[in-house]
This record gives sequence, C-alpha cells and structure tokens, in this order.
Amino acid sequence: MQFTAEQLKVMDSIIARYPRSRSAIMPLLHYVQSIDGYVTPRGIEVIAGKLDLATAEVTAVSTFYTQYRSEPAGEYHVGVCINTLCAVMGGDAIYESVSEHLGIENHETTKDGKVSLERIECNAACDYAPVVMVNWEFYDNQTPQSVKDLVDAARAGNPPAPTRGPNKLRSWKENSEVLAGISDGLYNEGVSAGEASLRGLKISKGEK
Amino acid sequence: MTKLTPVLSANWDEKDSFTIAGYQRAGGYKALTKALAMEPDAVIQLVKDSGLRGRGGAGFPTGSKWGFIPQGDNKEHYLVVNADESEPGTCKDMPLLMANPHVLIEGMIIASYAIRANYAFVYIRGEVAHVVRRVQQAIEDAYKAGFLGKNIGGKGFDLELVLHVGAGAYICGEETALLDSLEGFRGQPRLRPPFPAIAGLYAKPTVVNNVESIASVPAIIQNGVEWFQAMGTEKSKGFTLYSLSGHVKNPGQFEAPLGITLREILELAGGVREGHQLKFWTPGGSSTPMFTAEHLDVPLDYEGVSAAGSMLGTKALQIFDETTCVVRAALRWTEFYKHESCGKCTPCREGTWWLVQMLQDLEDGKGTEEDLAKLLDLCDNIAGRSFCALADGAVAPIISSLKYFRSEYLEHQKNGGCPFDPVASTNFAAVKS
Repeated sequence: MQFTAEQLKVMDSIIARYPRSRSAIMPLLHYVQSIDGYVTPRGIEVIAGKLDLATAEVTAVSTFYTQYRSEPAGEYHVGVCINTLCAVMGGDAIYESVSEHLGIENHETTKDGKVSLERIECNAACDYAPVVMVNWEFYDNQTPQSVKDLVDAARAGNPPAPTRGPNKLRSWKENSEVLAGISDGLYNEGVSAGEASLRGLKISKGEK
Repeated sequence: MTKLTPVLSANWDEKDSFTIAGYQRAGGYKALTKALAMEPDAVIQLVKDSGLRGRGGAGFPTGSKWGFIPQGDNKEHYLVVNADESEPGTCKDMPLLMANPHVLIEGMIIASYAIRANYAFVYIRGEVAHVVRRVQQAIEDAYKAGFLGKNIGGKGFDLELVLHVGAGAYICGEETALLDSLEGFRGQPRLRPPFPAIAGLYAKPTVVNNVESIASVPAIIQNGVEWFQAMGTEKSKGFTLYSLSGHVKNPGQFEAPLGITLREILELAGGVREGHQLKFWTPGGSSTPMFTAEHLDVPLDYEGVSAAGSMLGTKALQIFDETTCVVRAALRWTEFYKHESCGKCTPCREGTWWLVQMLQDLEDGKGTEEDLAKLLDLCDNIAGRSFCALADGAVAPIISSLKYFRSEYLEHQKNGGCPFDPVASTNFAAVKS
C-alpha cells in the first residue's frame, strides 16, 4: 500500500522546514508512526527516498530513539516512570500492578490492541511523582488503583482526561502527528500550570 | 515576606499565560523592542555584564558563549535551544514551556539578533505532547504578530524559528549529541574541539543554550543589569527555578535568588513529609553527587555546591527520607545510565553494564566488602574516559552514596537482601503515626 498524495505532500512540508533535508528525518519518523502506528518498512522506504538516503541510514536513526517503535503501539500507550524518584514514590508498585492487571510486560500490547505498556525514564514531572504518561500526556500523582482504573476506562473507550493536557485524551497515532509538528489546535485546552508548578508563586503571593 | 523571586513563573497562575495575549498583558515582547534598538554587540555585552550563567547544568556564562561566535565571517550562524530536559529530577523547563512558551521565544529572538543568526531551533524532548502543542502555537502566533519572519520590528532582521521534536534519548541533552540529532543522525556526542561556537550545526558557528538561560534574557534586557545583579551571590547572579520533589510535604517549583539553601526551600515547602527525616538528596539531578542532612545550609549557587563536593546542575532537588534504600536508588539510576549510554565510547557502554550487575548483586545481598572496592575501581575507570559527561554522571550517585552510606551497602550482605520495605517509601503508604 502506498502513502496517499496528501500524506506525501505533508512529508514535503516537513522537509521544507529545515535548511538541510536530512534534519527532517525525526519528524518524518513521527509522522510515519502517526499513519502506520509504528515505523514500518514502507515508512523507512519513503523517508529514504525523499531524503536521498539508504534505507539502512534511516533504520539506523530510527532504532536509536526509544519513541520510534518497530511494532505497533496500542491505541493507548501507557508509560510508567520507573526512574529512581518515581519508582521510590510508588512507580514500581504501579508498574507491577498494572502489568499484572493487563497481563502484559514491558513493550507488550494487549491482544485487543488497546493498551501497550512501557517502563519509561524520567519525564520531567518529578514534582508530580509518581507519574504515568499515556500517549505522552501527563497523568500526575498516580497510585496503583488509579492506573488500573485508567487502563480499564481506556479499554472501554472512555479514558480520563490528562492532568495537564487537552480535555480529552487523543489516540497514540493522533498524538504522534503532534510530535511531527502538525498542530491539532488543542493548545488552548487544559491548565496553564499544575498545582506543584505554582507552589512557589503562590507562597510568594501569600496564598497557600 | 519570603526569599522567593518569581520572574519566569510570575504569570503562570493566569489562565491564558501561555497565549501571546496573556504574555503581552504581562509585559511580554517589550524587551524585544528594546533589544532591537540596540547594536547586537551591545546586547551581548549587556548579557555578559549581567553575569547570567547557563541554567542547564554547566553554568557557563551565557554572554561569553554568545561572544565566541565569530562575526563578519560570512557564514550562517545558528541558535539552538536545548529543551531536551531529561536529567532525572529535572522538571523546570517543561512547566515553563507549558505555562509561558513566549518568554523563550522572545529570548530566542533577542539572542539570535545578538549573535546574528537567521535560523533558530528549539530541540524539545518528544515525550511531552502538550508542551509541544503550546510551543508550536506560540511560534505560529509570534510569526503572525511579526516577531518572527522577515524584517522583524522593521529593523531588517530576519529569523526563522523551527520546533524540532526529539524521540526519547537522554543523550540528546548533551549539546553535541543534540546537534547530531538535529542534523538527522543518531544522537551521539562529538569530540571537542572544535566547539559548537566554531563548528556546530551543519559545521557552522552555533550557540546552544538551555531553555531557562534564554528565557531569563528578556527580563534582564527589560529591567537592567543592576536589577538582575541585586539577586543572587557574588559569582552566581540572578534568579532561578529550583525544582523540589520526593518525600516533601509540598513539592513544586520555587523561583528564588541563587544561593538560597535547601533548609530555606524546605521550610517554604512545609518540610519533609510528616513523621520522616531527610536521608539524602541531589542538588541538581542524579548526575550531581548526592548530599545528606549535613548539607542543608549549603548555598545553592554554582560555587557553594561545588565547594561542598557536588554540582548545582539543574537545581533538581530530589528529596529522599529514611525509608529509602540508597543502594536501590543508586542501582536504579545506574540502570538509567546504562539504558541511555549512546554506545559510542567503550568505558561508558561496557562500564555501565558492569556497574548495574555489581549493584544488583549488592542490592540482593550477594555483594561483599571486596566488591565495594571493585565498584569504586570500576567507577574510576569509567569517569573522564568518554567523549561526554554521561559516564561522569553515571558514577556520581555510586561514589557519593558509598561515601555517606557505606555501611548500608554492607548491611545488605549481612541481611541477605535489602533491609528496606519499599512500600514504606511510596506516597500512598499510610502516614507513620
């Protein structure tokens, strides 16, 4: 199956952002994932063709970065932070319980294709530990129970909204398009800053 | 009155702080007008005079970095902002960009004007969809308002600003790995010299700055050098974001003058969580040697932390109380460095695997006292033997935890395993009565 003319046009517009075409390889890989759900052989080929590279050169880049997948992600990709601080604060317990609950291990996807699981490293939200990311949206201050509820609701097609993110959780493919630099217009949704982000500001204003 | 000085975070409690209207209502883009009325060299001089130093970890003077770009060389110059915030414990740039992306963009326009760059990039980590949305929109709105594009402010200055989204690689926070990544390669560090100021992006003169460093520039231009220097200490001027996390009552972002102490920040945050005591903490992320309760009064500025045997780093204050096993903590950080080693240099690529195996044995109670000597010897053969600082960071938690908690390592062996209950350190464990 070929990419559509429309999709090829988007790829050209991504390449046009950069002074040198090869720089577009990362957003193009994100874009391929937004269409195919992972980095497919046809995705590698189209990028190599557009950037005048060997497919091996594109594969070399793709396999270096953990967000590029060689197998499909679930519609909801759940990343549990297991770096030291989150792990200690409960991330290890969350990972174990959700892994058992779903019956899948790290990098696996449920049979219905709905949820995939990953042990992730520090996601720059330590003041909201333990942190879980779903489709790279923030779910702050989680517990084993809250994450089990979250994945159950997601499988039923009704995931809760991210703590700091859009009003409605979008699919993994849809968010991959955002990472390719293609706007979905949802920037206006969600809070400016979470409670912990405002901690010092509020104290300085005499608010608690 | 508190010691806090919200500047970057001053408008984060506004519902529309991330929009161009919200930013301009708070005085945004006025510094740009002021800077564009100055000569580029005068802007560089002003930033040099302010004493602003890099907020991404190394603390290099920002103005000097700009001054290293050769002028009149008939080459393209580039500005690249490092928004690949991934150092464990570090969580300041992402909330900053979510709540106030325009302050970065204004700083980038000013910096690009100063170093005479017509192309600038924000390299942001890929695991933060909503932050990406906010920055992307801010760039679009800055173009629409005429702050980006051709002939900015009618001054004949052109600037294209591109958002580049990473894909999950800690190493890309290292500036030369970031440049390789931005050029479309695997993100692996380059040997220096040449430094990026001479041969950076596409082998052209390039400034790479952290988000917070660049975001601090508009306030300095707007309020002046004296205002900035009134905050901070002798060699560490100004305000900065301290990120407090872990076993504390009220974690979060605290913007304060450089030189504030952990004791003062903890007091503002309500202290360590109820019924517990501080055991160890990092001053600036996991790559900075850990401290203990005896370091509560160390001034958190570049010199103070360094004199006490660590580094200010990213000012990521991760707090661990007495329920936390320090061996478990060191092991988990080491697993992180092993996972994130790019594989270019043998001591780091192989060494981090060895370190994990040894630490796992120690955590499981299978390590001996002899192993501690071997572990330190291994660290000695890894640090300083690679292109970049990842390996130096990898050994920091190990060496520092052995320095302060050697007996705890040995207790694991006596106990035949970890003597700590991991449940007790979670934040959903029942509060100790």
